[in-house]
Amino acid sequence: MTGHSERGRPAAPDAPAIELKGISKAFGTVQANKDISIRVMPGTIHGIIGENGAGKSTLMSILYGFYKADGGDIFIAGRKTAIPDSQAAIAAGIGMVFQHFKLVENFTVLENVVLGAESGARLTPSLSKARKLLTELAAEYELNVDPDALIQDLGVGMQQRVEILKALYRQADILILDEPTGVLTPAEADHLFRILEGLRAQGKTIILITHKLREIMEITDTVSVMRRGEMTATVKTAETSPEALAELMVGRKVLLRVDKAPAAPKQIVLDVENLRVKDDKGVERLKSVSLNVRAGEILGIAGVAGNGQSELLDVLGGSREATGRVTLNGTDLDLTGKLSDARTRRARGIAHVPEDRHREGLILDFHAWENVAFGYHHDPKYNRGWLMDNDALRRDTEEKIAKFDVRPADCWQTAKNFSGGNQQKIVIARELERNPDLLLVGQPTRGVDIGAIEFIHQQIVALRDAGKAILLVSVELDEIMSLSDRIAVMFDGRIMGERLPSETTERELGLLMAGITDTDTPHTVQEVEANLAERHGKVQ
Amino acid sequence: MSLPKWADVVLIPLINLLLALFVSGLVVLLIGEDPVNAMQIMVKGAVGSTYGWGYTLFYATNFIFTGLAVAVAFHAKLFNIGGEGQAQLGSLGVALVCLALPWPHWALALPFAIVGGALFGAAWAAIPAYLQARRGSHIVITTIMFNFIASALLVYLLVGALKAPGMAPESARFPEGTFLPNARDIFALVGIKFARSPLNVSFLLGLIACFLVWLLLWRTRLGYEIRAYGHSEPAARYAGIAPFRIIMITMLISGALAGLMAVNAVMGEQQRLLQDNVLGAGFVGIAVALMGRSHPVGVLIAAVLFGALYQGGAELEFETSVPREMVLVIQALVILFTGALDNMVRGPVTGAFLHFGRRRPKIDPAE
Amino acid sequence: MTLMQKLLGATTALALSAGAALAEPGLIIDLGGKFDKSFNESAYNGAQRWVKDTGGDYIETELSSEAQREQTMRRMAERGANPIIVLGFANASTLEKVAPDYPDTKFAIVDMVVDQPNVQSIVFAEHEGSYLVGMLAAMASKTGTVSFVGGMDVPLIRKFACGYAQGAKAANPDITVIQNMTGTTPAAWNDPVKGAELTKAQISQGSDVVFAAAGGTGVGVLQAAADEGVYSIGVDSNQNYMHPGSVLTSMTKRVDNAVYTVFNTAADGELPTGINALGLENNGVGYAVDENNKDLITPEMTAAVEEAKEKIIAGEIEVHDYTTDDSCPVM
Repeated sequence: MTGHSERGRPAAPDAPAIELKGISKAFGTVQANKDISIRVMPGTIHGIIGENGAGKSTLMSILYGFYKADGGDIFIAGRKTAIPDSQAAIAAGIGMVFQHFKLVENFTVLENVVLGAESGARLTPSLSKARKLLTELAAEYELNVDPDALIQDLGVGMQQRVEILKALYRQADILILDEPTGVLTPAEADHLFRILEGLRAQGKTIILITHKLREIMEITDTVSVMRRGEMTATVKTAETSPEALAELMVGRKVLLRVDKAPAAPKQIVLDVENLRVKDDKGVERLKSVSLNVRAGEILGIAGVAGNGQSELLDVLGGSREATGRVTLNGTDLDLTGKLSDARTRRARGIAHVPEDRHREGLILDFHAWENVAFGYHHDPKYNRGWLMDNDALRRDTEEKIAKFDVRPADCWQTAKNFSGGNQQKIVIARELERNPDLLLVGQPTRGVDIGAIEFIHQQIVALRDAGKAILLVSVELDEIMSLSDRIAVMFDGRIMGERLPSETTERELGLLMAGITDTDTPHTVQEVEANLAERHGKVQ
Repeated sequence: MSLPKWADVVLIPLINLLLALFVSGLVVLLIGEDPVNAMQIMVKGAVGSTYGWGYTLFYATNFIFTGLAVAVAFHAKLFNIGGEGQAQLGSLGVALVCLALPWPHWALALPFAIVGGALFGAAWAAIPAYLQARRGSHIVITTIMFNFIASALLVYLLVGALKAPGMAPESARFPEGTFLPNARDIFALVGIKFARSPLNVSFLLGLIACFLVWLLLWRTRLGYEIRAYGHSEPAARYAGIAPFRIIMITMLISGALAGLMAVNAVMGEQQRLLQDNVLGAGFVGIAVALMGRSHPVGVLIAAVLFGALYQGGAELEFETSVPREMVLVIQALVILFTGALDNMVRGPVTGAFLHFGRRRPKIDPAE
Repeated sequence: MTLMQKLLGATTALALSAGAALAEPGLIIDLGGKFDKSFNESAYNGAQRWVKDTGGDYIETELSSEAQREQTMRRMAERGANPIIVLGFANASTLEKVAPDYPDTKFAIVDMVVDQPNVQSIVFAEHEGSYLVGMLAAMASKTGTVSFVGGMDVPLIRKFACGYAQGAKAANPDITVIQNMTGTTPAAWNDPVKGAELTKAQISQGSDVVFAAAGGTGVGVLQAAADEGVYSIGVDSNQNYMHPGSVLTSMTKRVDNAVYTVFNTAADGELPTGINALGLENNGVGYAVDENNKDLITPEMTAAVEEAKEKIIAGEIEVHDYTTDDSCPVM
């Protein structure tokens, strides 16, 4: 068993817990990490921030033994250490909590914790030892998890705790968390941060990878900024500001708040009544959803991922059938059958920026110009009789590329070769330039760099100001708060309530997102968790 | 990190081919024959005479059709293994057309035979396509099974309803008005002496088919939808492309192309319906499509290569004591190297390009 | 000569030089392979005997599929082989098409009549030979039931079966004759497993002498009969050696002689065309007796069969040929 063996780490208090010197890594022609040096002192929380593609995950993968660096050295507690694989990383006292958990769904918490670190062939001694250890750890760090619960019955917040316990069980002194709050409600995120603070107080070293400036400011002691594979700065968190960090990340000044005038809502464009959707397994994903969106306003749908927002967009966009009643500008939309498809919806004036541009919004192997016609390829202006008018399409693409500042400005570039932000700009350009009556937008800035976020938000607001109705779905509460004119919170396939951004708080929305409607009375984290877990169990 | 297009399209297949030939040479050496001599016989037999060219291009025509059939389906991410069966049904369609009337002239019979072959081939592909689109039965399995059914159906008809008087299980000979002009006749018109071979006007039909498939895939809305569906089904749904429609239409086109092979083999050469008239071309089509990167031009080149391999192999068998099985081994090696082991070559070649090529620092968008 | 011709190469030159210099006879072994212990092997042995006797050379190739007949025949002709022998009725329609394209090449086809000016059609009186082995079968049978396993169900094979049945009935009017065919396609020539199954089924119905006229399938028939301890009768080649003591006799069809003769006459001069009928009178068919089966054939049996043979040659016994009217009077 690796976890309890004597590693012989020297107890030099001044040595950094981790020091990287000159780490470089290239994938083909792409330099993912370039000469990166960093020192993380023990007992601190060190943030690493950077845009998508800046090289954060690559760096952590090198530290955890998934990739081998092309050059550079790793020092753990002052000792040069080679980390050829994850076993070596664990032996060196490094624990990793991935963005996508690596748990066995139909095993219990205890079994998952022990998995891969069993002492001997017989399981029972390991399990009883682990149970004892787990109880101690849970008490020490507020990591309360029922050791006998099955993973599949736990909510994501709980699952994340199991991952942390797994690392602690393996005697990790250094804990790396990769975008840990992506799937959590605000209350859960707060609790996670309290746990991390507890760990820090016990002398553990924590590396937090995130793209959220707020989290960095809230919890870290020092922060390193990465841009284009390079470490651009390492600063004390207390001595910096979100604006300064954003500028370091992007390389220029960015506007963090959305600059928008008050909305002037007019007539109802989209009216949804009693919408119900069942998935392939017969589980009800939308349970009587009713809402409306007016011309000239942005309705934001807040909620933890997987509570029916995707299904709502699918139904309105035309890629999923439903029951209920939906009217657009007073006319019914066909919800089942031949006329419920996406092509008909587009013809009716609904544009759709899908939640997942890789899965839906783009054909990654198509050229940019082919993607600009995607969904609109029947438009007469792209066609000449039997054949598609590729010249016209390319001209159109060049115009859009110029207008939306897509880089590289090359319509022959394959979609997958654009960065996330530029991919999203292509989708936004395609959908917004249709001048739709209703725009459906899902996660408009997921995986998009800060510079592009600013631009995309401006475009959405501009469309609103042009008198169009916009339905925005986002799991980023910040984005919902800053963009929306009205906020509806979804939980378990239902709308839990509607709020005006000026009259609500993140705390209130967070409770609604956990399905708690009496937001005026105080609630504990345990209540929130219990509610989420109950709902999670029902869905499974 | 991608290769230059020319390397992907030309260099890698070429290296694959050379590797396959090298290993084949070792095998020939192993059985005590002279590999250089064997190679000379194959090359000379395939392209060293008008006779060789005639047969090479005749086989190539078969492979063009079956290769295009597989390629079109590939673009919709459908793996049509049923080219063999669809071609057999196509041969039935062509035979029924040819035997139906005392055709006065081939130019009249050909369009009808094309329709017959295409319709029957498409119909045979339609059933697995429907099962895939509606019931989710995997098309690889169903198309394979349909090959067996097609073969049994043909036997049933050839020992029964379609059997000509006589003892062999074959149909009556087609009327003379269905005989397609062959290369010998056509070249004679311009004063060139071309050896007798089964190469016929169907080859031109194959070239036209290549062009039309290119036009379909890269110039029409349907082709656009087929390719989009092939890359991502959720995306296709998002764009209002109905998966059912795409699966059905793509497989109908694929089956029709496979069925058209019969115009060349049955109408052009055999001039009667035989039992195993497809000769495995349906399966070779898979290799041709793989090697040709599912592009009509690639398919054309790969088809000619495989045609040469077939003809050269026949010649090798005729001229030397290299046994028939060895010729099969060589053909299989080419398929193995060009199709299945593609990545074995791709890795080192990509590495070499990166090493010697320009180092452009670029940030990978997908971290 | 145009550039095009130069590029494509001159086939005519190849054909002419090959034809003039070599003029070797050619043999195309049919589906099933040259070591099928039966029809193909018989032809192959004839060719080998010719090589041994004359020191001559010939070109040989083996078919691998139905659809390759045409290319193989043409390749032989282009290569300059003359005469070219093709084996089996399945070649008839192809030869019909190919022969006119090569008027200077002579062809010979076994088992079928092809009416072309440069083709010799070699047909055997299989019904007569089968009649004789049918008599032997009936006389050797203790159960009063004999049987027949055919290869592909075609008139030619029914001709064997009908002759066999007539002979059996002639020797024992009360005898029961069971008849089964392996299949309806050329695959039936090479399916020893099914042959063995059919044989066992027939034995369970009481048969104790099984006649196989089934090419490679017959190997399975003979094996099953030997395993079950009953008699079998081989075909085409002398197959007595395969299971001595179990193989009662073999209905020999001297394809080897036919091949030998064709090769020889071609070497001497022109191959005569038209129909070449081989029967009992010219030893084209017969029954085989050698050291492997001489103990199985009693003198009485030999006498009876020899008498019938004389009568058939003399025309006193007329054995019905199934292929003349597609029917058999005794089955």
